[in-house]
Amino acid sequence: MIQIKNLNVNYEAGGERYAALKDINLELAAGETCAIIGPSGCGKSTLLKVLAGIIKKYDGVVEINGQPITPSQQRIGFIPQNYGLLPWKNVWENIRLGVKIKNKKNNDDLEGLDFLIQQLGLAGLENRYPGELSGGQQQRVALARSFLLKPDLLLMDEPFSALDAMTREEIQNVFLLAWRKSSVSTILVTHNVEEALYLGQKIVILSGIPGTISQVIDNSLFGVEDIRNHRDFFQLSLELRKMIKEDWSR
Amino acid sequence: MTEKRRGIWYIYGILIFITLWYIAAILADLPIIPNPWIVMMNLLNIFMSKILIHGFYSLWRIMAGVFLAVIIGVPVGLCMGYFVKWDNALSPIVYLTYPIPKIALLPILMLLLGLGELSKIVMIFLIIIFQVIVAVRDGVKSIPKETYYPLYSLGANYIDIFREILIPASFPQFLTSVRVAMATAISVLFFTETFGTEYGMGYFIMDAWMRVNYLEMYSGIVVLSSIGLILFGLIDYLDRRICHWQYK
Ligand SMILES: Nc1ncnc2c1ncn2[C@@H]1O[C@H](COP(=O)(O)OP(=O)(O)OP(=O)(O)O)[C@@H](O)[C@H]1O
Ligand SMILES: [Mg+2]
Repeated sequence: MIQIKNLNVNYEAGGERYAALKDINLELAAGETCAIIGPSGCGKSTLLKVLAGIIKKYDGVVEINGQPITPSQQRIGFIPQNYGLLPWKNVWENIRLGVKIKNKKNNDDLEGLDFLIQQLGLAGLENRYPGELSGGQQQRVALARSFLLKPDLLLMDEPFSALDAMTREEIQNVFLLAWRKSSVSTILVTHNVEEALYLGQKIVILSGIPGTISQVIDNSLFGVEDIRNHRDFFQLSLELRKMIKEDWSR
Repeated sequence: MTEKRRGIWYIYGILIFITLWYIAAILADLPIIPNPWIVMMNLLNIFMSKILIHGFYSLWRIMAGVFLAVIIGVPVGLCMGYFVKWDNALSPIVYLTYPIPKIALLPILMLLLGLGELSKIVMIFLIIIFQVIVAVRDGVKSIPKETYYPLYSLGANYIDIFREILIPASFPQFLTSVRVAMATAISVLFFTETFGTEYGMGYFIMDAWMRVNYLEMYSGIVVLSSIGLILFGLIDYLDRRICHWQYK
């Protein structure tokens, strides 16, 4: 379970302190997926960085299963907005980085790696360096790293943003498949309403600068077979769009 | 560039150089600029019997100096780049000593460490280590902070961060610093070898000069230059093998 109580995050830039997140309260059940939607600059990435243990200076309580965030104790898979690949490691080494650091003794978690590479369409690219990959390919490498890690908490910052519509659907299904297998608690940031409806059991709408939660929606359509052709899907995404528009213009 | 084309590239450079030398020898027509072919013949004749031992001494001194500078300079540079406290404590010392011409310390070193191997190796060590420290430190400091995020969120310890990020990220700058320092180190080696030893390319060249044996002197110069060229090529090779990611 993930619990966020009265979270406030401030940044300091140019000698000025300003709030990036204000009074965030959120609770996620174990194994739940949560999609976060919000305007650019509202603090979505900031929220994920707090949960990933990267930002340590904040006010409030942030806990995983009743424990404060401590990456060395927990198993967190984090995909930053810029994919977080190391330029001096090839695809194969980048994918293995997570398990290498987490498991210390190597090799036991490599089963599934070939399958994952196949699923994510990375076969044949194993020896390339990030500088030799397209943005979408880099993104899929980052996904492979996190999926291979089998984390307890998966944090994805716009994980499908660089993919074309077709590939995006494919990779979203790869994620859902992985999620169904291990039902890992997942928080993903997206700018895409349909994606939020497809992947989020909960949908959190952030607004404003500083970022505050304006709505938390329980997504009744999540997990419905062939959801994109469901008649409610279109309806709900229109409603959600409207809600967001009103919200952000306030 | 493929290895083969690089080989051609080297040969091309050497051919141009020898041609220029040849033209200079013909035009000047003086014993102090001998014909390169005669020098090469002489070199072939005396290489095994006379030069090899001196070459080994020079190579050993330079390798020992570089080795010491690397195993001390790299960790210090990495720590200064990553830990602010290390940087605050050591930067003033590094900056004050960096511009001192180390060769001026040679008399002191010889008094303290004797005329033998140690003072020569320490001299080379001193010349290279500061460049290495500064380059590695700056290399680490120029790593964008986002690069560390994936490791932080994995709960990586210091060893992980050094191994996965700091060392590979600063390696290109490290090699560049050694490459730059190597040229100075060879000149200094030459100078130190004119004192207190009867072995080394510096001694060999100066000795041939005293004996007015210009052919042997030139042979020595060619060998010393080749040592420099080989070390240079070695660094280039490491750069292409280990740092090829950065040319992508
Ligand atoms: N390192 C930083 N120092 C100072 N201010 C920052 C820093 N990082 C982000 N900010 C500011 O904090 C606010 C939230 O940034 P954040 O990156 O979390 O936004 P975001 O919601 O992820 O936006 P986007 O959708 O564009 O990625 C922004 O106004 C941004 O300018
Ligand atoms: Mg962001």
